[in-house]
Order: sequence, then C-alpha cells, then structure tokens
Amino acid sequence: MDRISLTLKVWRQKGPSEPGRLVSYELKDISTHMSFLEMLDVLNEQLIHKGEEPVEFDNDCREGICGMCSLVINGLPHGPQKSTATCQLHMRKFRDGETITIEPFRAKGFPIIKDLVVDRSAFDRIIQAGGYVSMNAGGAPDANNIPIAKEIADEAMDAAACIGCGACVAACPNASASLFTAAKISQLALLPQGHPERKRRARAMVAQMDAEGFGDCSNHAECEAVCPKNISILHIARMKREYLRTIFTA
Amino acid sequence: MKLDAKIPDYPIQDIWDKHKFELKLVNPANKRKYNIIVVGTGLAGASAAASLAELGYNIKNFCIQDSPRRAHSIAAQGGINAAKNYPNDGDSIWRLFYDTVKGGDYRSREANVYRLAQVSNNIIDQCVAQGVPFAREYGGLLANRSFGGAQVSRTFYARGQTGQQLLLGAYSSLMRQVKLGKVKIFARREMLELVLVDGKARGIVVRNLVDGKIERYEADAVVLATGGYGNVYYLSTNAKNSNVTASWRCHKKGAAFANPCFTQIHPTCIPVSGDYQSKLTLMSESLRNDGRVWVPKKKGDTRRPSEIPEDERDYYLERKYPSFGNLVPRDVASRNAKYVCDEGRGVGETGLAVYLDFADAIKRLGRKAIEDKYGNLFEMYERITGDNPYETPMRIYPAVHYTMGGLWVDYNLMSTIPGLFVLGEANFSDHGANRLGASALMQGLADGYFIIPYTIGNYLTSEELPKIDTDHAAFSQAETEVDERVKKLLSIDGKKTVTEIHRELGKIMWDYVGMSRTKEGLEKALEEIPKLREEFWQNVKIPADANNLNKNLEFAGRVADFLELAELMARDALNREESCGGHFREEHQTEEGEAKRNDKEFSYVAAWEYTGDGKTPKLHKEPLEFKYVKLTQRSYK
Repeated sequence: MDRISLTLKVWRQKGPSEPGRLVSYELKDISTHMSFLEMLDVLNEQLIHKGEEPVEFDNDCREGICGMCSLVINGLPHGPQKSTATCQLHMRKFRDGETITIEPFRAKGFPIIKDLVVDRSAFDRIIQAGGYVSMNAGGAPDANNIPIAKEIADEAMDAAACIGCGACVAACPNASASLFTAAKISQLALLPQGHPERKRRARAMVAQMDAEGFGDCSNHAECEAVCPKNISILHIARMKREYLRTIFTA
Repeated sequence: MKLDAKIPDYPIQDIWDKHKFELKLVNPANKRKYNIIVVGTGLAGASAAASLAELGYNIKNFCIQDSPRRAHSIAAQGGINAAKNYPNDGDSIWRLFYDTVKGGDYRSREANVYRLAQVSNNIIDQCVAQGVPFAREYGGLLANRSFGGAQVSRTFYARGQTGQQLLLGAYSSLMRQVKLGKVKIFARREMLELVLVDGKARGIVVRNLVDGKIERYEADAVVLATGGYGNVYYLSTNAKNSNVTASWRCHKKGAAFANPCFTQIHPTCIPVSGDYQSKLTLMSESLRNDGRVWVPKKKGDTRRPSEIPEDERDYYLERKYPSFGNLVPRDVASRNAKYVCDEGRGVGETGLAVYLDFADAIKRLGRKAIEDKYGNLFEMYERITGDNPYETPMRIYPAVHYTMGGLWVDYNLMSTIPGLFVLGEANFSDHGANRLGASALMQGLADGYFIIPYTIGNYLTSEELPKIDTDHAAFSQAETEVDERVKKLLSIDGKKTVTEIHRELGKIMWDYVGMSRTKEGLEKALEEIPKLREEFWQNVKIPADANNLNKNLEFAGRVADFLELAELMARDALNREESCGGHFREEHQTEEGEAKRNDKEFSYVAAWEYTGDGKTPKLHKEPLEFKYVKLTQRSYK
C-alpha cells in the first residue's frame, strides 16, 4: 500500500512546569515513502491551517547524524526500526489504520521544554567534565608520528560514532547515561592520545553523570537495543574498568 | 565602500609567513581584557571559539541548536583534504593549491588558496592529537582516498562520518574551554541583528528560542561562522535550521555579499520522491571512487537495471572524460546528469535520476571491502529508499549542497565592516566558482584553528575600542528593530504557511537560478521573487506567539531573509555573462557544452553593497590576478 491513514496520540505540553497530556489526531493519505518527521510536518501544516498550535519537535539534519531528533514512538526511543534515528524512519514501517503514540524522551536529566522538545544540555556538561584531550591548537606532532593499529582505530571509531541523541537514557529503566558517557571514555581510552588523562577523565565524567541525575547501569542493555548508531555496551564494561583503574592504581 | 583585500606583496609561498610576522600581537596578559563573540559552532565556529579561548580571549559562542555539537558540519561525509603526500603519489602544497584554483574555475584568490593548502597539513595533525579516529592502514598509519577533481589520494576520512568526527574534535576542545571558564555557550539563540558602534561591529542581538526574549551581547569583535545559504532552494542537503539570516543582517548593516550566485549542486544525492519532501540526502562523493555512473543508451528505457545489457548502457562520464572518468568535479558531474535526464534517458519513476553502480567494484574487490569503505552510506540509502545498493544500482540526482558565495572578506577574513570577521562557508573566499570535494572541512578548520587566531589580534591592537555596555543606544535601536519585525510577522495572519511560501521560492530558484541559467530565466526570477516576497508579507500565517518556543516564527524570519537574498542571487547570476564552475549560463558554453569563461571581462569577485530596501544593490569589483596558475579552459578529458 502506498497511502495509509493513521491515528496519532501526541504528547502536548505548553511549558516546563505545565501539565502535559496525549492529544489524538487523525491523518489520512500519508505516503509510505515519507519520513516520520515529514509525516509530522504534514500534521503541523494541517494544524496551522486550522489555526491551532503546531507540535514542537527537535530536528535538524534529517539524515541521522546530528542527534537532534528524538521522540519515543510506540514506547521505543527512535521507533521500531533498528539502528535508525527518528529522522530516518520511514512510514513504510507502519500499517494502514495504525495508532502511533509519540512522546518525548523522558528522564530526570532531560527536562521537557515544550511538547516533544527536551533539554539535553546535561550531555554537554558530561563532556565538559573531561571528554577531550587537553591540547591547544598549534602544538601537535605529525599525524603519522604515533601508529595506531587499524583494529584499535576501528574500535575507537565504533565508540566515537555516538550522535549524543540521548535515546540510551530514554530507554534505560534507570535513566542512566552510561552508554553515552562510556562511548567517549572508551574512544579516548583506546587511543594513545587519550592515555595521559584517562584516569582523571573517567572519574570526572562519571561523577558529572551522577550529578546530572542520571542513574547507574544495571546491565539491562536497553540502551544498546535502541541506539541508532549500534554503540555496544562493551564500551560500558570498558568504562567500568577505566573507573576501577582510577580507584585501585596510583 | 572600498574593497581592499590587503594581500601583502610577496612571492606566494612567503605571503602568509611574512604576514604572520608583520601582524601585531596582543600581549598574553592583555588578551583576557578582550571579549569576542563567535556566532555558530560548526567546524569554523567551534574551532575559532576554542582556539581564541586557548589564547586567552573571553568568548561568547552562540548556536541555534540545543547543543554546539549539532551544527551541520556534522553531516559532512567523505573527508578532508591535506597535502601530506603520505601515499607518495606526487602531492604537494603546490598541487593542492593548483587543483583548488583550477577546480574553482579560476574565480578564487590565489593567495588565500595557497594559504589554505599550506595549513592543510596542520589540520590533520591537530585532529589526530585531539583523538579523531581517522581511518588507518594495517601498519597503523593514516589511510587516504581519492576525491573528485584530483589525481592524487589526499583525502583523510573517518568512515563516512568525517564531518562528525572533526566537529566532535573541535567541540571537545570547545567544551574544555567552557570548563576552564574561557567560553560561555549560548545555545538555542538566534542572531537577529549586528550592532555597530562608531562603524565597528561591537555586539549582537539574539532571540532566545526557548522563552522568546530578546537579548543583547557586547564584544570587541564579532566572528560570524554561520554556514551557507543553500536552503534558499527549500530542498537542499542542508539541515532544516541552516539559514542566511545572520549573514543577511550583517549584509544589510554594510557587509558586502560576494558572488551570491555561486552555488554548488552536488551530483550524488538521493532523488526527490514526493511533494512532501522536506530535504535531500547526500550520498558522499567518495562513492564515485568505486561506483560507475550510467544511464540506458535508449530513451525511455523502463527495464530494470539488471536487465539492461552492458552494451546498451552509457557510462557517460567515462565516455566523455576518459582521464578523470567518474571523478570529474562536482559541477561537471551534475550538469552531465541533467543533460542525460533532459534527453529522456533518466531512470526511476520520475526520470530524474541516474544509476551509480557498484557491481564491478564488488566483483573486483569483494563485498567485504565495499562494506568497509561505504557500509554506513549503503545502509542509509537502503533506509531511505527501501532498495539494497549491494544488489541493485543506487539512483542518484544532483541537489543543492554548498554555497561558494558569502560575505566578502579580506585576507585577514574581515568583512567590509570593521571588527566583523567571517569564517567557513559563510565567507566567499577560497573555493571560487566551484568547491572541490573534501575542501569544505579543510577551509572551515583552517579559518578557525590557524587563521583567525593570528589575524584578529592585529585588529584588536590596531583599533580604538572604548568600553561599551549593552545599554548603549545602538543596542536599543537594534533591539527595537528586531522586536518590530517579530511583531509584524505575527500580525499578518494570512492564509499560507511559511513552508508553502518557502517551497514556492525554492521552485523559482531551482528552475531559473539552478544548475543551468539563461538571461530570460533570470529576468523571470527577478519578476517572480519580489511578487512572492510581497505575498509573504501580506499572506503568511504564523501560529501562536513570540513568548515561547515557536519554530514557525523562527522559520518565518529566515524565509523573509531568503526572499531578499534570492533576488540578489538572480541579479548576480544575470550580471555574470559567462559560465564558470557551478554558474552555468547556457548562452556561454563551448562547442562541447562545457562552461566557457570570459576572463577578460569577468575575472573578478562580484561584491554587492546593500543600498536600502527596494533599491538596486551596488556592484563592486575586486579584480582577480593569476600570477602562478595559468588560466586555461578547465579540462578533465
């Protein structure tokens, strides 16, 4: 089928301290080639023509890399398609007549701003705590000075692929930001450039994650299941090792 | 207005070194007395903000997204060029310089491009030291691949996510400076006015996109790194929030806008599928390393690609350009795709697509090797189209991707407004009439890490910059202007949505100011655009109010500015009676259908001065001199 009809139940909330609720909308004649966000665009155009307030949702690149889109779709962060951010989800994954529930990412660390838009600045503060190599522009040695085995570079890249969307937090029963935090710690622990600061980094980033109100990891692995970039929970294991290293070694 | 590029008169290989020596320095203890505003957090903005903070300046850094890490540089896929010559294949600073000037069809400044090639190597060193996980060979050294417009392999990459990795590198340096207290980030803020005091850029007025409040910020200098304006076409590969507003506001305050018609149409994008389409997705140019571009020889051939035998296929790029083949520059590849589709040989439902076929490469190298190189791009293609490119050729079509034009800057990256510096895609400086692949990342980071840190100090020490605060009358006036504009937008309450009008503008631009332009078409655009602008100001409908998160209101302001920019683009394209790079005037082509430049009359940068609402802008010409690269008809045969 090329065209489908849908019932949407969308979380509407006017502001951070206002109460929110699910509101139903009927949509007809939706092409299955549309992306999920294009389907919401269609809804919003209809609402504007009716003189109603459109649904606010974050999005930018619409090609699955900026990490700005979010949404919990039928209970799943980024919806039903594996390894796919909401902006790359297409309507061919839905059935004619289906009811779709759309909610914001929910976590103490991600307060709601309006409708489906949440504040994810906590992630910036976790990176500020130590997610970098302390070096200034200008002093770097030649790029080929330190050989790095391809396997190591590839594994670091697997971790570095994180887009910082926060789906891991939204999926976790503890609202833990472990996968996000671990991806950065792991990337920099694998690469020689990250070694001088590895202990301080692990300690500071984990402490910041706690301070932001995110929970701890208890190995549910829901984060890995919803991650649009397939970040593995093996990186969380590496983060735990890095953290222990800060405690047990000088 | 007087254009002075301020390029020192030395042999080209010495200009930057000597200039750096001659630039005045700011004493380390004095740097902390200066405040600098950086607008934008993409490659240019984030690298500039971090590097200036490392030097000791106090930085206020603004972005429209919820985090600096979201800037659209993040979506760049293929790679970043540098003249490292690691593959031992004959590369050098001279060759990167030469390729870039030639690739830009001789419409860029030699001195700027040479400097870009010089610092390219430092960028790779910097990024590796930050922990950017570039692709490596088994021996542990960095891998390179080739890209369009070059016959050497000089492109460094991190899978198909090079922009992401470079941006996260710059972002990490930026976050370090936030922690150290040298940078303050203002996210979800949109710059709506530049504030001038005594003719110098001294601050900005922004709208807080969360609560709608108008805010004022002062500084000793303003650095604009707000990207390109490809979204004037509505459909482009740009992110939804990418816009021209910050640049346009500065233009209206006195910054010349250079070569606005120089637009890059990228040859390898996923074709449009329907009228609901909200953006176009790029497939990295690196795919042309291994993919072969073809269409059926016969018009209207509706057979499936697998049913079309080899001798009934036209590998038109390989046929027409045997030495560069599928790796011709972007403008050439795009135009040729348009030609074969115009001939009726396009494929897919709309007939507006060509095949990019990996069957030969998979046969030659094995599926695993192709997966390693392009795995994520293939997955992305399948997610969007539902087709598996390992089994059936990709369908691609050109789409608006990058804008070479932008605010005019001198060699120090300063605009015609003292104290307003412009970096990255927002300026016009290095790519001429066509940008080569993997050169945008290079330029953004060159400007931010290695050029602005040197040139801005010279400005700060040379000028009288008395302390001001945001109670100054210039701020009040700018805030009033912003406030009135927002009120006016909300008061219209017409019938059409912002998106509907934006789509109409996009269609005018694509049809008449797109891949191929004519005098008649451009004159038509110059009639249509003002009409649409008038309709916008009388008939747009923006829901809700200004005291809240209201994305339609944000977009309305941006479309209003696009409606003004669009006219300038058409005017510039009409003025430039030649074809060069991405600017193709049908009246000016060689017998073989290639772009035909007119060096005698148009070897200049067209810098437009704003002269008032409804008035014809004034053209200023900066002549381009070529002392080192011989001007020739660009040939990739």
